[in-house]
Amino acid sequence: MSDKSTLFKFDNISVTVEGKQVVNSVSLNIKRGEVHAIMGPNGSGKSSLSNALMGHPAYNITNGQAALDGVDILGMAADERSRAGLFLAFQYPLAIPGVTVANFMRTALQAHRGKDADMADFRKLFKKKMADLSIDPTFATRYLNDGFSGGEKKRIEILQLSVLDPKMAILDETDSGLDIDALKEVSKGINEYRNNNNAVLMVTHYQRLLNYVKPDFVHVMMDGRLVTSGGPELALKLEDQGYEWVEKEFGQKAEA
Amino acid sequence: MSDSIQKQKESLAALNEDYESKYGFSDPVDYFHKGAKGINHEVVEMITKMKKEPRWMADIRHEALDIFLSKPMPAWGDIKLINEIDFDNIYYFMKPIENQQNSWDDVPDYIKKTFDRLGIPEAEKNFLGGVSAQYESEVVYHSMKEELKEQGVLFLDMDSALREHPDIVKKYFGTIIPMTDNKFAALNTAVWSGGSFIYVPPGVQVTVPLQAYFRINAENMGQFERTLIIADKGARIHYIEGCTAPTYSTDSLHSAVVEVLALEDSNIRYTTIQNWSRNIFNLVTKRANAHARSTVEWVDGNLGSRLTMKYPCIQLLGEGARGEILSVALAGTDQHLDAGAKVIHVAPNTSSRITSKSISKGNGRASYRGLAKVHKNATGAKLAVECDALLIGEEARSDTYPTIEVDAKNVAVEHEARVSKVAEEQLFYLTSRGLTEDDARLLIVNGFMEPFTKELPLEYAVELNRLIELEMEGSIG
Repeated sequence: MSDKSTLFKFDNISVTVEGKQVVNSVSLNIKRGEVHAIMGPNGSGKSSLSNALMGHPAYNITNGQAALDGVDILGMAADERSRAGLFLAFQYPLAIPGVTVANFMRTALQAHRGKDADMADFRKLFKKKMADLSIDPTFATRYLNDGFSGGEKKRIEILQLSVLDPKMAILDETDSGLDIDALKEVSKGINEYRNNNNAVLMVTHYQRLLNYVKPDFVHVMMDGRLVTSGGPELALKLEDQGYEWVEKEFGQKAEA
Repeated sequence: MSDSIQKQKESLAALNEDYESKYGFSDPVDYFHKGAKGINHEVVEMITKMKKEPRWMADIRHEALDIFLSKPMPAWGDIKLINEIDFDNIYYFMKPIENQQNSWDDVPDYIKKTFDRLGIPEAEKNFLGGVSAQYESEVVYHSMKEELKEQGVLFLDMDSALREHPDIVKKYFGTIIPMTDNKFAALNTAVWSGGSFIYVPPGVQVTVPLQAYFRINAENMGQFERTLIIADKGARIHYIEGCTAPTYSTDSLHSAVVEVLALEDSNIRYTTIQNWSRNIFNLVTKRANAHARSTVEWVDGNLGSRLTMKYPCIQLLGEGARGEILSVALAGTDQHLDAGAKVIHVAPNTSSRITSKSISKGNGRASYRGLAKVHKNATGAKLAVECDALLIGEEARSDTYPTIEVDAKNVAVEHEARVSKVAEEQLFYLTSRGLTEDDARLLIVNGFMEPFTKELPLEYAVELNRLIELEMEGSIG
């Protein structure tokens, strides 16, 4: 692993929402080809960290640095971060009534590749990715996330991931609300996206996604801090014993 | 995924002009006839004489003028704005050229250029069954495909119809919208000029749309077109109208009357894309009578104007008649669009649907004003009213004034009203996929309008989306 270069690195990131601190000095160094998982109980700040890194205007980064492929991203708006290669799969993807999935995907791809991008190429790519993810072709003409089930929304998030093919993917609770079949499909999509040049940061409460997408590193978040890190075995321990021991061991430290 | 969306997107990307350069221009015109400003019986007599009309029409005009003069201004809607209309400072009749033409080559260059810029001859070539182009008070160009003529379809400007088919005109003129209906209907009846007349014989299906384009060129102009559409038993017709005007510092008035008659088993769709400049008062009365098992659809797109007051109406007179009104309004800064719909269920087992979508931005104001009424005999009626408002910015305003009156038994009524704002979360979702904030907002707005635009022929959907894009451009900080 030592020959791999750093892809996404953030240091001492602190985040406030409406003046309230939700992330406290979090750092991570993600190299190409790696899969990291951040686990933690509800309200530990995982999603806030994800949203802040993507540039959500309501999440205010008060301190720290973040660089994607050596380029500082904190001065960028969300769309610029996207075009720089960062991606966030949403925990609760929003409905955009009247805008078809195909139209939206094309518009997004054009935003990345320029308005002159070859759209015949897009059609091929889009069709193939839909098929890869076992998404019914009729979804192309349905309005984005409008009336979709939880599982359908998550699949469409992964469809966006595979079409846009970003350098760095943050997946926020992508496993929540999925039945086992959907979980497998979504995991397959994530694994097909992975290669030696990109990286994945999974944010999750449960470890079941990690059965299908194997992480290289597991980090535990509590009260806005990363309190401990380890390998895949850490996720299994959390699955087995819950978060109580983390709270006991690190809770006080987090409050200090 | 359809090519049409792609084509639409490309058209949107390629075009980036503003109203000023695209529609806001005006021609220096040497009018064949330009009367004096102001309204009185002399003006009315001059109009009817110039048109060499039969006396019965002249009498109708004079009677209507008296009604106009005696009726007070409306005491509802935007009372302040509407009272800014200065009836003495308006030209009521301007005749640009002596005779109407049926070849673009014979239309004077400056007028032809105008309609070229508006893309009318091009559209005519490509997908229309007939075109009528009105400039100020009169139709300057008119044509219809031969095969429609052979089927007995009549598509003329209203003045020609009065000359060539006086019996039909006399039989129906003012029967759906009487001159006493409202002050502006009376005004139109007194000084009407131009407009379209369509008659489709029994069973004839006109599959290509017929279009009229209304252009106001002069400052302080009043345009009062009068349209009458009749679909005989089992006939089908789609009529489209478009409107633009130059931008002037003082106001012009557009006050049309549109009467639509759908006889048994017929089908009429009437599509409007108005995109008036912001100095136009647009006060239009539109009403359709739908007989047994017929369908009438108003598809009404309202952009621009200073003040629009327009409530397309369908009276469901025959058993099983169906009415649909789909309207959108986009109110930008300093604009008030007071638009809506009326459905009157008179016969049993009639059904109607009203879908109203409005967007307000800047300090713009969009109002939905609607009436759905079910008379005692209209048992088994079904009606649905859906109003959807989108607000952009903190100063934008939307009002809803829905009235539903049901006097019959066994009636199904649905009513929904929603007001939404372009949400920060939606914007973040789209920008996180690489769209700029402007593009994201435009996509949300286009999506909001989609139920409307998908009802339009592709060319119009593209045009409407482009107009929306212009309206949205740089509108938000």
